[in-house]
Amino acid sequence: MEIIMSVAIGLMFMAAVYLILSKSLIRIIIGTSLLSHAAHLLFLTMGGLGGIAPPVVSDGVTVNDYADPLPQALILTAIVIAFAVTSFFLVLAYRAYQELGTDNMEQLRGTEDYE
Amino acid sequence: MSNLLLFPIIIPLLFATVLMLFPKKVYLQRLLSVIAVVLTFISGLFLLAKVSADGVQAVTLGSWPAPFGISMVSDMFSVLLVLSSTLVTLFILFYSIPTIGIRRERSFYYPAVLFLMVGVNGAFTTGDIFNLFVFVEVLLMASYALIVHGGEKSQMRESIKYVLVNIISSALFVVAVAYLYSVTGTLNMADLAVKIPEIEAVGILTVIAILFLVVFGFKAAIFPLYFWLPGSYFAPPGAVLALFGALLTKVGIYAIMRTYTLFFTMNIGFTHEVLAIIAILTVLAGCVGALAYFDVKKIIIYNIIIAVGVVLFGISQMNVAGTEGAIFYLIHDMLIKAALFLLVGILTIIYGTSDLRKMGGLMKSYPVLGWVFLVTAFGLAGIPPLSGFPGKLLIVQGGFEGTHFWGSIIILATSLLVLLSVMRIFIYAFWGEPKKILPVDKARYYAMFVPTVILVALTIVLGVGAELFMPFIEDAGEVLLNPSLYYDAVLKE
Repeated sequence: MEIIMSVAIGLMFMAAVYLILSKSLIRIIIGTSLLSHAAHLLFLTMGGLGGIAPPVVSDGVTVNDYADPLPQALILTAIVIAFAVTSFFLVLAYRAYQELGTDNMEQLRGTEDYE
Repeated sequence: MSNLLLFPIIIPLLFATVLMLFPKKVYLQRLLSVIAVVLTFISGLFLLAKVSADGVQAVTLGSWPAPFGISMVSDMFSVLLVLSSTLVTLFILFYSIPTIGIRRERSFYYPAVLFLMVGVNGAFTTGDIFNLFVFVEVLLMASYALIVHGGEKSQMRESIKYVLVNIISSALFVVAVAYLYSVTGTLNMADLAVKIPEIEAVGILTVIAILFLVVFGFKAAIFPLYFWLPGSYFAPPGAVLALFGALLTKVGIYAIMRTYTLFFTMNIGFTHEVLAIIAILTVLAGCVGALAYFDVKKIIIYNIIIAVGVVLFGISQMNVAGTEGAIFYLIHDMLIKAALFLLVGILTIIYGTSDLRKMGGLMKSYPVLGWVFLVTAFGLAGIPPLSGFPGKLLIVQGGFEGTHFWGSIIILATSLLVLLSVMRIFIYAFWGEPKKILPVDKARYYAMFVPTVILVALTIVLGVGAELFMPFIEDAGEVLLNPSLYYDAVLKE
């Protein structure tokens, strides 16, 4: 199972890097979201995919059955952070499009008051 | 009081939250933010006294036993960095009152600065690798807000790149923590320091160490990963630039120093060799940039990159002289970079441009500013009585004691280039034929100039009184070189 997840995450990283290297700003933002999805899935996989019960204490479930709760807590933290940063980035891209009139990263080079 | 080490994080957090409530009352915002930073500094002083009397302070939140809860750890190194970052923030706050402009002040400027301080102080104090990620995100989020604050066109354009680079490096941080967790099964730094030497799979740990170097290298702007810094730091206004230049890259350097001395010591022959080579390349790359530009801001920005390389070269030696030198130089660099950015900010306000070729002859109208700039430039280059000297001396000594004598020679040679790059500012801006300057109100000028001069005076005290500070630096170096002092304090129960 871990092997399948690793391959899938690898493909997600590949797609994310490809999108981030493109010219259009919105494709770049889709790429960064995909990148954080891949990182979160990787954390889940690296914590180990063993455990058949959700990490909630209940009757009839022994310690060995639980999934590792720590990666889940860390991913939850990382998700909300990535969520906040992505929403900031989207608004920034929108404002930049209004101000600068382009979403092409090729045209966003240099500083105009400087050679 | 065992919670003393949390105060430098909680005080700015509390004040920043309160300041969010009344953004339009500018005078109250100024007053409360200055009070917050002064209180933080005082609590830092108490913490310094406590740490120097009783050794490393550690508290695990919620009274959980150490590897299970989140540990906050204050050793001498992190206390010194908390103190100097708070001090720098205080002077930059005083400087931003006359320069930042009422429009920015009315839209959450001071809360953003305080949240930045929460992130920086938290990153210096934390003892948990994932918590370090969270505090780095806190300071990055505040820095995103500050870099785009005001919404000028160049800020929009550069902040897109800054945000993008930091999102990528944060994703890599999560990946690196995931790998480390799957190998070791723990996230507590002290616990990692105990467990990593017991693990026989050195190969994967070396890979993780290099991955962490890449992650923190993005934040610290080391050689192949510094490309985002010159453009991004050029965009925000002077006070924000000073704050970034003095604090942000230093968190990356601190994280590299902490991880590479505390737990990534299993394969020093490879990892620290890579670190030394990258550090030297960083110095060289910074020198090329510092000499290439005719722009005062760009010159000082590339000097940030040079200092990153110098500090990392010191820590890569893993001997007493190199480590103490790196700590001293890091503290010196925080103060002197803030002072230089504030001085350069005054220059750009007087001339209305940051282009050196449009400057000249300021010595006649602003002689004191000229002499203060000259002293700061000498301090940056490391002329003996000033603060750049003791740190660089120890770093060079560490290189000669280790195997990297060629690195020490390069650092000595590039000191001349650093001096040349800042002296070019002095010669162009202060000597020669007077050029057109904008009229600057006397009261506003002194409001900018006085905090800058006090900061410069502090760097002189740090240099001349280096003997006074050396015991603290030696304490800090001792903990870095003997990780057992660190993990014994955390895992004492």
